[in-house]
Amino acid sequence: MALSHLGASASRSSSLLKPLSSALSLRRPISGDNSPLTVETSVPFTSHQCEAPSRSVETNPKELLTFFRDMALMRRMEIAADSLYKAKLIRGFCHLYDGQEAVAVGMEAAITKKDCIITAYRDHCTFVSRGGTLLEVFAELMGRQAGCSKGKGGSMHFYKKDSNFYGGHGIVGAQVPLGCGLAFAQKYSKDETVTFALYGDGAANQGQLFEALNISALWDLPAILVCENNHYGMGTAEWRAAKSPAYYKRGDYVPGLKVDGMDALAVKQACKFAKEHALKNGPIILEMDTYRYHGHSMSDPGSTYRTRDEISGVRQERDPIERIRKLILSHDLATEKELKDVEKEVRKEVDDAIAQAKESPMPEPSELFTNVYAKGLGVESFGADRKEVRATLP
Amino acid sequence: MLAIARQRMLGQSFKKILPAVSVLRSYSSAAKQITVREALNSALDEEMSADPKVFLMGEEVGEYQGAYKITKGLLEKYGPERVLDTPITEAGFTGIGVGAAYYGLKPVVEFMTFNFSMQAIDHIINSAAKSNYMSAGQISVPIVFRGPNGAAAGVGAQHSQCYAAWYASCPGLKVLSPYNSEDARGLLKAAIRDPDPVVFLENELLYGESFPVSDEVLDSSFCLPIGKAKIEREGKDVTITAFSKMVGYALKAAEMLEKDGIYAEVINLRSIRPLDRSTINASVRKTNRLITVEEGFPQHGVGAEICASVVEESFSYLDAPVERIAGADVPMPYAANLERMAVPQVEDIVRAAKRACYRSVPLAATA
Repeated sequence: MALSHLGASASRSSSLLKPLSSALSLRRPISGDNSPLTVETSVPFTSHQCEAPSRSVETNPKELLTFFRDMALMRRMEIAADSLYKAKLIRGFCHLYDGQEAVAVGMEAAITKKDCIITAYRDHCTFVSRGGTLLEVFAELMGRQAGCSKGKGGSMHFYKKDSNFYGGHGIVGAQVPLGCGLAFAQKYSKDETVTFALYGDGAANQGQLFEALNISALWDLPAILVCENNHYGMGTAEWRAAKSPAYYKRGDYVPGLKVDGMDALAVKQACKFAKEHALKNGPIILEMDTYRYHGHSMSDPGSTYRTRDEISGVRQERDPIERIRKLILSHDLATEKELKDVEKEVRKEVDDAIAQAKESPMPEPSELFTNVYAKGLGVESFGADRKEVRATLP
Repeated sequence: MLAIARQRMLGQSFKKILPAVSVLRSYSSAAKQITVREALNSALDEEMSADPKVFLMGEEVGEYQGAYKITKGLLEKYGPERVLDTPITEAGFTGIGVGAAYYGLKPVVEFMTFNFSMQAIDHIINSAAKSNYMSAGQISVPIVFRGPNGAAAGVGAQHSQCYAAWYASCPGLKVLSPYNSEDARGLLKAAIRDPDPVVFLENELLYGESFPVSDEVLDSSFCLPIGKAKIEREGKDVTITAFSKMVGYALKAAEMLEKDGIYAEVINLRSIRPLDRSTINASVRKTNRLITVEEGFPQHGVGAEICASVVEESFSYLDAPVERIAGADVPMPYAANLERMAVPQVEDIVRAAKRACYRSVPLAATA
């Protein structure tokens, strides 16, 4: 169904574009140009307490090619992390985002680095879309010094404050009030920026979410709550956890929008709409209809509570990277070979980063005692045997 | 009785006064007295005035003037953007406060009592205390959580718990507990200026008590160091550690002990985390005996940590086992006579000190 929409829109606009593109240049560079292009989203938006934005999204070849590259990079990164985990180079928790890449790239395309993003523990790709490097990702996953948290955080605790990415949180639902707090601070500081607080369908039933939403609505905070509905909270399907799985409506008096989260352009349109809304009218909820190919984490095969047919069905029909690939090819923005070359480049980038990360050393033992406080006051801290290991906190 | 204690404190605070000021001081005979409530209010006022990033949040802090009137007048002075009345949703508003601190603001979040902080404890521990460590220094959390802690009078089991031990066990938090007005002013100002999350444990029954304060304490730049205990009364025979309301009880106990020739050294902890182990140990090395006093539950309490610290650092200096005086190991009862049995009384501290000094005190029959 989604494919036929794509085909219809492509044939409409490509016939207009063909003479234009040939007039511009005989051989366009793979990076594309900024000439405007209008694409229809896969499905129209469904709205609650507000008027939905238009299905027609403005984009350009450069943006589409960037989407493709970024999503391919994220996909490759997560698959590589899977292998590293199985090789026991990554320990503990590892929650992978493959399948959901469109949410990260679409959102980033609609906002600036002055807007804040906060999410839960499925944070590797969000960190990258905020400007984090592959080295920082792999080194952190492997607990090395070059990691974004110097090896002290792990998979669930990636942060990049200089581009307003506030983590990376392990406690389900906690990131939502924190995100509303970021929005509060943005309003307090008169920054004219917004915060996107991401959470899953599992977290959507948390009480603290509704507490924070109530306060955000009362105080008109520029908070955008984004439910990444991948339909499973760990092993529990949404219909078993929520009496009302229409998460975009759960805000009651807070407007909401349901978005095809596998369509990067729809995500971009929705986030652009939400930002404008939040700055003028306070909180809004975006429900991204998305899907994760992996299980909840690396310890979950992901096939005991859903069928393999369902997983492969989504991969066939709705994969976000394939959607963009088809769009690029149908609009003649690049050849199949060029796109395959991008995928090869991206694969090499990931492999190089992993090799570099493996070279990075584990943290020094003295790092056990750093950053406990921002201002340590010279107090003492202790190791397991306090007569053996003590340190003065800087 | 109290007058003697106050004179002692006056004497100590006089030592801090600068020579120029002491010339002026000679014209007035009595030092200024302010209540703990006034001390907290003035500290909040001054810190809000000095730094526009400081704001207040909590139930009834604004229009109601504060459930215990600690924030009186601040809404009028600073406006509703900086003094925010919240709905009764601790988990939500504490998370919002911590998020604002992530961004760089300096929230002071009030819990009507710390019993209600349990609704928000995940944000205090997992979102605030651990963030600087997990992010290797990227995300610091300059937030203060304050409010009354411990038993009040007749408020029953769900409204009387002391949270000092729970919060003080968590690395990444700083935990302070003032006793008098000087403590209240100096420690709250220090807490607000500190870049780390601070749990500030007040006491409802102390809010109305007056204490003398020097001009230095009243100055807007006054600040006390975090992590340093204060020796409220010097002595040579036994050390008594206490915090918050129990400091007053310990001082009364010291008065009574003096009549029997026992000179107790009373330490006002001020800071539960970091704990001033060096002051405590130095005192025990001098007196060789220790009584720890706290209002909270005894098991895994503050006294247990102090005892362990002294046994580890100063074992050979101890002439008697360490004594712990704490709240009874039961939920707080309502009936007045039972409530009295559930919290430490001055005579409990006196008895324990005498035991530590091997003065014969008939032991209660053991079961």
